[in-house]
Amino acid sequence: MSWLKKLTEGLKKTSSSAKSKISGIFIGKKIDTDTIESLEEALISSDLGVSASQKIVKEFEKNYSGKTSNQEELLEALSKSITNILEPLEKELIVSDDYHPHIMMLVGVNGSGKTTTAGKLAKRFSQQGKKVILVAADTFRAAAIEQLKGWAEKTSVELISAERGADPAALVYQSIEKARIQKTDLILIDTAGRLQNRIELMEELAKIVRVIKKLEPEAPHDSLIVLDGTVGQNALSQLKAFLDVAAITGLIMTKLDGSARGGVLVALAEEFGLPIHLIGVGETAEDLQDFNAMAYSRALLGLTLED
Amino acid sequence: MFDSLKDKLQSVFSGLGRTGALSETDVNNALRDVRLALLDADVAVPVVKQFMELIRERAIGAAVLKSVRPDQQVIKIVNDGLQEILGGDAEELKVDVTPPAVILMTGLQGSGKTTTAGKLAQFLKTKRKKRVMLASLDMTRPAAREQLRILSEQAEVGILPEDDKQTPLQLAKRAIKSAELQGYDVLILDTAGRQSIDDGLMEELVAIKSVSNPVETLLVADALTGQDAVNTATAFKSKIGISGIILTRLDGDARGGAALSMRQITGCPIKFAGVGEKLDALEAFDPARMASRILDMGDVVALVEKAAEAIEQEEAMRMAQRMAKGKFDLNDFLSQLRQLKKMGGVGSLLGMLPGIGKINKQLAAAGVDDSMINRQEAIILSMTKKERASVGLLNASRRKRIAFGSGTSVQEVNRLVKQYQDMARMMKKMGTKAGAAGLKAMLGSGTNSSPGVFNSSGMDLDAMSKQFGSSKSGGLSNLGGMTNLGGLPPGINPNRKK
Repeated sequence: MSWLKKLTEGLKKTSSSAKSKISGIFIGKKIDTDTIESLEEALISSDLGVSASQKIVKEFEKNYSGKTSNQEELLEALSKSITNILEPLEKELIVSDDYHPHIMMLVGVNGSGKTTTAGKLAKRFSQQGKKVILVAADTFRAAAIEQLKGWAEKTSVELISAERGADPAALVYQSIEKARIQKTDLILIDTAGRLQNRIELMEELAKIVRVIKKLEPEAPHDSLIVLDGTVGQNALSQLKAFLDVAAITGLIMTKLDGSARGGVLVALAEEFGLPIHLIGVGETAEDLQDFNAMAYSRALLGLTLED
Repeated sequence: MFDSLKDKLQSVFSGLGRTGALSETDVNNALRDVRLALLDADVAVPVVKQFMELIRERAIGAAVLKSVRPDQQVIKIVNDGLQEILGGDAEELKVDVTPPAVILMTGLQGSGKTTTAGKLAQFLKTKRKKRVMLASLDMTRPAAREQLRILSEQAEVGILPEDDKQTPLQLAKRAIKSAELQGYDVLILDTAGRQSIDDGLMEELVAIKSVSNPVETLLVADALTGQDAVNTATAFKSKIGISGIILTRLDGDARGGAALSMRQITGCPIKFAGVGEKLDALEAFDPARMASRILDMGDVVALVEKAAEAIEQEEAMRMAQRMAKGKFDLNDFLSQLRQLKKMGGVGSLLGMLPGIGKINKQLAAAGVDDSMINRQEAIILSMTKKERASVGLLNASRRKRIAFGSGTSVQEVNRLVKQYQDMARMMKKMGTKAGAAGLKAMLGSGTNSSPGVFNSSGMDLDAMSKQFGSSKSGGLSNLGGMTNLGGLPPGINPNRKK
């Protein structure tokens, strides 16, 4: 099943799919204040947030107010305007040959799916023939190391870890040194989950970044924030805080195989304009898929590619 | 964006003068911005709509306090409404049953089930003195069982030994048997995270629930959740059936609208809040704090509360002046009674004071309770305005009419009049002897120091106890001491939550 199919399948399963909500609004009606308000609510219901929804709706209103267009056309127009916002941010996550090693770091709040994503990425890149080291820099959460170990064994990737409670910055330092000696292509650092308002934990992350920069001033080459697909508007606060501390270079959104649509990506795109690399639509490594703006926008509105 | 909300509201209402009651326009104008605030806090769209209707009904026609703008009054009503909804039906975990009491933890991936299971085990062990066993039924996430085992060691509670070959359902059965045999009071079953639309896994959860017959089925939900809270809550409620919610990551800076969405949709109470990574970071859910967090207009709410306090204080000052002048009529007596009632009645008011248990018993023996206050109120309300202003008018036939009108007896009317006269006499004495200055000190400046007020009035608890103690036959001849409590500054309001 293609990721898009998966995504649209997932969305179809939800009891109140965006399409039925939105198409219901348009059926046989003139575009007036009521339709516009319902449309705004439908977008907010998909987590686009108030300001992004209002912006999209305003543009829509400008073009269609007072008209009775056919429903498909209106949906197409909407998905087009969302695609326009997201398309510039489509960017494949690649391991560059210019760095030795390429350093990739995953950050985010607790439970967003960092460890699972690290495992999936390890598999993805080792299948591309890269030599990968996984670093279990989450030395806090009980069994985080064991969880990553499971992934490392499955994908036959080397795992570097320390005992629980060890200094993650020191571990990262050792890992980079080791990677240089072993001529590793990619270091994938899984950091502990932390809420962005926890100053001491954010300081710990800042220290990890400082240590990386000491060895590789240009690194981390990818500093990726992992967002939970069910997250609401707090994602804006998360990205802002992690951007400050860890110079985020791109986004990964997980758990889009559930009933959540992750519409906050649109709000994040409007506000920060950072690349969106991948979305997670299932349990397996293959379910971590390259982000495709058009397909995502259509799925968000309940449209499929064939429509 | 909602920093600007206040400004917006101000501009909406700057043209309006003070009104006595909230009009529909007042309410609609204020609610337009409240709606945006709630949506911005991630309260789900249908829940916002439902809540707006509730508030609209409640707010239109409600009184606007002096010195408060209509919009501010609406926001206070919204805040109270939120608090009410969020806090409803709160009750303790029902773990005092024939052991083992099973608690089933459910939720989406990454919502914090496993960590919360560990916290709950520690809570039940230390706060409820239970012998607790943890068991992981999570065969999906790598190392989930390892994580729970480590947590069980940290909390020093029991753990079900692992078995790779068993299904979650088999594990659940084994866990129950094992908890029974080992004499555990509580068994906490941690399950794998699952998407609410994954029918296979949801059915598995139903099966686990039916074999384990839990006393509590808890939905562990992330406070960072957005609009999906509706889908998750609906699915877990309808497919599994839950008894309560635990909201995790409340130590984050999310406004946490999911709390309202989930509460409203499931009708289940939010039992706990996860506020950190450590095992003891589990708190009882605080609806007042959650309400102000979602609404994020704490300053407006505080302002209205302050205005309400100021009015109570004005009333108290007015009373003090009347007392000092010896002008204490039945209207004043009535307002004293009402204030006493508002503060939660005689029992709760006295209950707030230290060392008052003894007096409480004597009061009960003398028949001083809230129903008596209600009857007295009825008596005064059955009088004409003139009668209330001058008791001298009350001849036998008037008293008979009043007794009839209030559903009491002439004796009760007589008793009230006598009591009022005693009190008025005492007021007069206090007015002249202790002086208005003393009274003013007693009524204070509205600070929150309940015992201090008594001390500064020169009326210590012993004296009060004597006063009440001597009123064996006369019932309430010394209510004077008590109605003074009614005149306390508004700082002492047991109904107000901070």
